[in-house]
Amino acid sequence: MAELDLNLAEWALGVAKKHGATAAEVLLVSGESLSAGVRLGEVEKLKSSRERRLGLRIFSGQSSATSSTAEIEPDSLQDFIKSTVDLAKLTAPDPWSGLPDAALHPHSFPELDLEDNQHRIIAAPRALELARSAEKAALQSDPRIKNSEGAEFDSGTYRVIFANSQGFAGEYAGTSYHLGIAPIAQDESGMQTGYWYTSNRMFEKLDDPAMVGRKAAERALRKLGARKIKTTRVPIVFDPQMAAGLVHSLAGAASGPTLYRGASYLVGKLGQKVASANVTLVDDARMVGGPGSKPFDGEGLATNRKNLVENGELKTYLLDSYSARKLKLSPTGNASRSVGSPPGVSTTNFYLAPGSHTPEEIIGSVKQGLYLTELIGFGINMVTGDYSRGAGGIWIENGELTYPVQEVTIAGNLKDMFSSIEMIGNDLVWRSSTVSPTIKIAEMTIAGA
Amino acid sequence: MATELTKPEKFFQKRFGMNEPAFEQILGAALERKADYADLYFEYRNAESLALEESMVNHTSKSVSQGVGVRVCAEDRTGYAYSDEVTVDRMRIAAEAARAIADTRTREIAPVQVGTAVRRHNLYELDSTPLEIPVEERAKLLYEIDKIARAYDPRIKNVMASFIAEQKLVMIVTSEGKIAADTQPLCRLNVSVIAEEGTERQMGSFGGGGRVEWRYFLEGEKWRDYAKEAARQAIVNLAAVDAPAGESIVVLAPGWPGILLHEAIGHGLEGDFNRKGTSAFAGKIGQRVASEFCTVVDDGTIASRRGSLNVDDEGTPTSRTVLIEKGILRGYMQDRMNAKLMKMEATGNGRRESFAHAPMPRMTNTFMLAGEHDPKDIIKSVPKGLYAVSFGGGQVDITNGKFVFSASEAYLIENGEVTKPVKGATLIGNGPDVLTRVTMVGNDLELDSGIGTCGKDGQSVPVGVGMPTIRIDGITVGGTSS
Repeated sequence: MAELDLNLAEWALGVAKKHGATAAEVLLVSGESLSAGVRLGEVEKLKSSRERRLGLRIFSGQSSATSSTAEIEPDSLQDFIKSTVDLAKLTAPDPWSGLPDAALHPHSFPELDLEDNQHRIIAAPRALELARSAEKAALQSDPRIKNSEGAEFDSGTYRVIFANSQGFAGEYAGTSYHLGIAPIAQDESGMQTGYWYTSNRMFEKLDDPAMVGRKAAERALRKLGARKIKTTRVPIVFDPQMAAGLVHSLAGAASGPTLYRGASYLVGKLGQKVASANVTLVDDARMVGGPGSKPFDGEGLATNRKNLVENGELKTYLLDSYSARKLKLSPTGNASRSVGSPPGVSTTNFYLAPGSHTPEEIIGSVKQGLYLTELIGFGINMVTGDYSRGAGGIWIENGELTYPVQEVTIAGNLKDMFSSIEMIGNDLVWRSSTVSPTIKIAEMTIAGA
Repeated sequence: MATELTKPEKFFQKRFGMNEPAFEQILGAALERKADYADLYFEYRNAESLALEESMVNHTSKSVSQGVGVRVCAEDRTGYAYSDEVTVDRMRIAAEAARAIADTRTREIAPVQVGTAVRRHNLYELDSTPLEIPVEERAKLLYEIDKIARAYDPRIKNVMASFIAEQKLVMIVTSEGKIAADTQPLCRLNVSVIAEEGTERQMGSFGGGGRVEWRYFLEGEKWRDYAKEAARQAIVNLAAVDAPAGESIVVLAPGWPGILLHEAIGHGLEGDFNRKGTSAFAGKIGQRVASEFCTVVDDGTIASRRGSLNVDDEGTPTSRTVLIEKGILRGYMQDRMNAKLMKMEATGNGRRESFAHAPMPRMTNTFMLAGEHDPKDIIKSVPKGLYAVSFGGGQVDITNGKFVFSASEAYLIENGEVTKPVKGATLIGNGPDVLTRVTMVGNDLELDSGIGTCGKDGQSVPVGVGMPTIRIDGITVGGTSS
């Protein structure tokens, strides 16, 4: 099998040209990973993987096709590249298609520290030990923790090589480490799961496994005895995980493909107020060691740091070249690219800028309301902004957390929800590539009994 | 049709040199430590997609995936390793990685002997697959769909249509000596539209498919119905009012709303969660979990369906499993390992997304059998409630049983009549309880049109659902209107 390197990419570009491509991109992705799972103290699973894929985007004038293959042998690749060129020729010419403006390609890349070369893949015995200690801490923390979905430790390495026919070539590599645990609490009221995790690009920056286990146990225990409440309208305090999901929805609505299709509630809102004045949303691809950091985007354009929303105002959309041309704007360095699909759009390290309130102050400010810790279902309509999802959390009474709540929904509209963010916490922690502090939304409908 | 498609075993032998001595050697290496069982899963998949938007078929793509997964089981432990290089050397490395879950063996075991072919169903042998239809012809249909959807109403402003087809060849070789191979075609035609009126915008979508030939879409002009359905739904929703909030009587239309069964009870009846005691249904076999009107089955043996398989991804022929019979919980869906540990039979529900994943118990086509009520009488019986016709996605928390699913087309029922359309309705309920509230079941069982994909533990597999019209007395509707 051929080596995945820039030479292979250049060779593939040459073959594409020979078969009649007018422009082309080659993406080479490879990775290895090992994941180790334990359950109730015993080894449950070990999974080891190794993957390599080659992705192409071929242009024949304004017509294009994308393809990907795992058969990386020169002979079969020749045929595969030719068949992709043929497919492109059969595709309708699209006036907006094409590689990005060549002048926009960067010539140097930032050092982002994405790789833990000291550790790379963590071998099975150590990975199992880490998972075991997280689960053990959960099981020992309370007699009501009686069962477990298990704990899992994963480590992975990946490498991305990208080149196009107008002279751009770049590559980067990274590592990731993840430890997650899901203990189950049980009493006469039933069973509840709690989940917690720690994740980082650097092995030594992971949280202490025992702490992760205890936190997961706490999260399961606090759900025991959950009840349904009456239908009502009250303030909702989103915990940092739930708030991160919410800000992620706004990014989805602000991305080029949903906008030019008219499938977003943010169509035509550029430069307008889309959130309350305390809201600033930042996308920063250049955070050193950041979980979503990358030196260049899925089309070989420079990544950057920018405010998507600043003091409540929508400052920019998130655009790849295609959606930028359609919307008569410039690409924003947010093209994402998976090996088998044409470029899309994604955030990198995306967060809601923290405010000044402690989470306790935020909860303390609510007379009656819900501290939201769980959401299930897909009840967000991006076209209208209508939001209606299954919810769980803890009831707030006179500023204090009281009993757990479940089997209710919260509903509203993204436009109103972002405009009524009354308080923002100071508790921003980089747990994943989209994060938020605690936030309080003035009022939403809870549907229950 | 090429022999390699009717005899996938031959394909793997020809392409990768995989033969019985190679299998025996690798499986022998996999069982070198104290393991009970090992298997190899070979996969070769070809897929193509075409997409239309703004009246252009401007996105086409194709992909080739190949790989092999080596699994080693010892009691309730699983070792899994895979590689996208299908060579004996790579497989040996994978086998060494996978067997690390097992303890060191003290006694020699008999060498593995491979050679028994598994009898499989014959649910989707095609004369030709949609991949063999010229790209131009596939594109032409998308252009027709664009025209029909736009012609439906001038308020239809954008149409997105796509056609995705794949052909997957799989071969499973087990340490018990069995070989099962299958050629699995699958395709799906989807239409989404955006309707606009003043500042209001709404989306509508519809689609269908299965393990079928291209002509499936042409027969009875199904493609035309898909286009019209998507357009109709978007136009209906333009006039939708906010959904009510609170507990309500809900009538579910037949077909795709069967996603209720998938979320509310299906996942909770998968063997793995029940073996581990983490499902809200654990230990409830023989108990009442639904009203007497409810009989629910999972059936992987229906010809041409999206959720059907000749053999599951562990080489077990699929079957029809009664999950709930007249309200009583009868059985779980099992893969090989969980069935063995629970001393039950494997039901042909061991599935995986690809060679990069170990199998686990999954649904195939899950549906409720028809009852006796006329669907018209069911709606007439409701003084005030919600009539839900179509749904987007759903989700369930297996452990506490809470599930949700979101309506994409729903109406109010007032005095036995279907009235205004409502938007943003999410239904939330408790799995072990919701079917006990089913008071009427229609005589109009329908299976969905072939669009379902189920996600579990990061793995997506195609599934089917189905249901007759049913009335549920008391489920929480999450809306904003009081």
